[in-house]
Amino acid sequence: MTQQTPPPVVEMTGVTVEFPPVTALDGVDLHLRPGEIHALMGENGAGKSTLIKALTGVYSPTAGTILVDGAEHRFSGPADARAHGISTVYQEVNLCENLTVAENIMLGAEPRVLGGLNWRAMRRQAAAHLRRMGLDIDPASSLGSHSLAVQQLVAICRATVGDCKVLILDEPTSSLDADEVAHLFAVMRSLRDEGVAILFVSHFLDQVYEVSDRMTVLRNGGLVGEFVTADLPAAELVQHMIGRSMDVLEAAEEAAERAERPAGATPLLQVVGLGRKGSVQPFDLDLYEGEVVGLAGLLGSGRTELARLLTGADRADVGQARVSGRPTRLRNPRVAMGHGIAYTSEDRKGEGVVDGLTVRENIVLALQAERGWMRPLPRRQVDELVAGYIERLGIRPADPEALLRNLSGGNQQKVLLARWLATAPRLLVLDEPTRGIDVGAKAEIQKLVAELAADGMSVVFISAELEEVLRISHRIAVLRDRRKVAEIDGDGASMDRVVDLIAGGGAA
Amino acid sequence: MRDVLRHHLFWPVAALVALLVANTVARPGFLAVTVRDGHLFGAPVDILRTTAPLLLVALGMTLVIATRGIDLSVGAVVAVSGAVALSHLASAPDPAAPGTVLTAIGLALALCLVLGVWNGFLVSVLGIQPIIATLILMTAGRGVAMLITGGMITTVNSAPFKVLGSGFWLGLPTAAVLAFGVFAVVAYVVRRTALGMLLEATGINPAASRLSGVRSRTLTWTVYAASGLFAGLAGLLISADTMAADANNAGLFIELDAILAVVIGGTALSGGKFNLSGTLVGALVIATLERTVTVLGISPLVTPLFMALVVIAVTLLQSPRMRERLTAVRRRPTTGAQRPAARPDPTEVTAG
Repeated sequence: MTQQTPPPVVEMTGVTVEFPPVTALDGVDLHLRPGEIHALMGENGAGKSTLIKALTGVYSPTAGTILVDGAEHRFSGPADARAHGISTVYQEVNLCENLTVAENIMLGAEPRVLGGLNWRAMRRQAAAHLRRMGLDIDPASSLGSHSLAVQQLVAICRATVGDCKVLILDEPTSSLDADEVAHLFAVMRSLRDEGVAILFVSHFLDQVYEVSDRMTVLRNGGLVGEFVTADLPAAELVQHMIGRSMDVLEAAEEAAERAERPAGATPLLQVVGLGRKGSVQPFDLDLYEGEVVGLAGLLGSGRTELARLLTGADRADVGQARVSGRPTRLRNPRVAMGHGIAYTSEDRKGEGVVDGLTVRENIVLALQAERGWMRPLPRRQVDELVAGYIERLGIRPADPEALLRNLSGGNQQKVLLARWLATAPRLLVLDEPTRGIDVGAKAEIQKLVAELAADGMSVVFISAELEEVLRISHRIAVLRDRRKVAEIDGDGASMDRVVDLIAGGGAA
Repeated sequence: MRDVLRHHLFWPVAALVALLVANTVARPGFLAVTVRDGHLFGAPVDILRTTAPLLLVALGMTLVIATRGIDLSVGAVVAVSGAVALSHLASAPDPAAPGTVLTAIGLALALCLVLGVWNGFLVSVLGIQPIIATLILMTAGRGVAMLITGGMITTVNSAPFKVLGSGFWLGLPTAAVLAFGVFAVVAYVVRRTALGMLLEATGINPAASRLSGVRSRTLTWTVYAASGLFAGLAGLLISADTMAADANNAGLFIELDAILAVVIGGTALSGGKFNLSGTLVGALVIATLERTVTVLGISPLVTPLFMALVVIAVTLLQSPRMRERLTAVRRRPTTGAQRPAARPDPTEVTAG
């Protein structure tokens, strides 16, 4: 396929996108050749979407050149890009569910007759496009009546209407099951064989290795490099994606020193075969008092989903849970709270803070909810509690009556921690507690977690930053492709080992 | 002075005062209250009486809106309540017997509570959008009332029941005493317990509230039930005033007046923070406005237009964006920074 490398259809060189003061993309190159599937890899915030948007004209680069078929080109937007044969299909299907399949496919390219639409031709042409995709559905049926996978294929079908030279697929597989993914890959391969260049974004490493010919890796807005997929071991890819720094070894040693697991104790929370369809495969996990368990894995590996099952935020389909040895069902967050299990979501804005309420109200919310509305906490007790946490966690501004939306991200996170600490939990599950907050606040939260564990609390700590997980965890559970694949002691954990496990199959 | 201007009740109260002043100018004795037969008489007393049913409906509406919902069915519930009560009285051998009257009241309130529970079920359990869920009962409810009255306007004589609508208690209109009493009790309960805060949390961020262990579903269900119950009580006051149950016209458009009262009172339709004292002022403004129309002798032809103009003025003054502009004009932008970020857009208002 890639023997007599044809000239690239898209050649981006030194592309830079700035949103002052942030540089979202810093001098990145990307070469797309006809008849190849090219994976674009990188963690959250690496610049993948920015790069796609720079290519399709959503953002205009502040530096660099974009050559399409050898000629410099700046698109005015996705419609312009599409007119030049560059189509994008996004993760969420951007189609009209209430229109028919044919209408969706032909939207914007409808065959016309006498100023009106030629419905029959539209259906006939749509049917031809569908056949090319190997999709056997009625073009006249409404799109909403089909599964998400079919809708995804219809979206791709729509993207290939007309002259399609480059097809960009942004996370097309995240909501598909194995058979559907296989079908999608078959379609991708047949398009590739027709000479289309496909840019494929996915967080599933196995899939990237299965289908891609070549890949470009980004990290923190910069280019790591372009690689031939077959020549790059998965572990090396993961290292490229997450990077590594010098203090890692040191940090791991520090964690190892602290690790003193109580021997023979009953786990505070023990789950066996807990799982949920489409979310995370059944897993076992024991959580002990006084221990920090880190969850490591790439984005989409199932770390958040696992945490949500532990805390009742999502309900498990299968498996058992025992709290201090007693069987229980963690049906909802309230039940979990009753067992002393607290959970802060990674989605701080959507599922964490109540931004129209004050710091005081946000801190007492969970405790008050647990007591029920009829037993309000006495005002003096509330004031003492709130003042205590503001002082202990250093919440700024130190004003209980400040509206939460006027606080910085780090301070909002501290308020969330205070909300849960106020309920005196026995197990605290923190999902990305340090994301998007400044370095100082980050260090404070890490220190707090260590202190809480030292005081006997059980903590589950999730972070996209592997170094952070290594630094503060006594034990690390590793997830890959929605499965818990390993569990290792903090003392035995080296960055390389964890990276190998995250990368899986290829090098473990 | 600045604090007074910024107070959330400033503009609603200013509108109320302006209306009262306009009335007094047109009719100098407007504010006079006299004692006759031991009862208070005068335009202000009448306004309190006409505010009563609206206040009850608006009270329920405020709580529902706090949870991001809306209850369009209250007008129909008002009609059902009156139909049940008067039909029961009319079919009883002695409509004036205390037992009969109490049963009539009990039946009406119980059915309205059930209707509220139905709304709450649709919204909180089945997850139907509040506007659609309550629209069902808004149309079906009048049918139910029609069924109960057999398509007729039921009239009946029952002195004890009539007291609810036009009687006096300690010199004040019974209806007003009841409505303001219920309002005060509910306001006290909401703010003295944690109910208010939990409702606001649910309205602002349902997902975060659920994860924090707030029983959002139960709370939402409860406020719709309460809204039905309060609308039922309002229906009793209205039907007792006229002693006639008109399935088609009782409580017609009261849902719009109630929503308006809530908005004038400064509670955003987007849910969350709510303001019961504002709703009280809002209800008074609307009742006073209706009175003003007759006092000023405005022709019935232009009455809707006049009311619409006043409502537009009040809601504009309530809108945060408009206020910001006014503030910016009045002072150079030196003090602008003190004001916290503007709330989400004020809501559009349908003038009833």
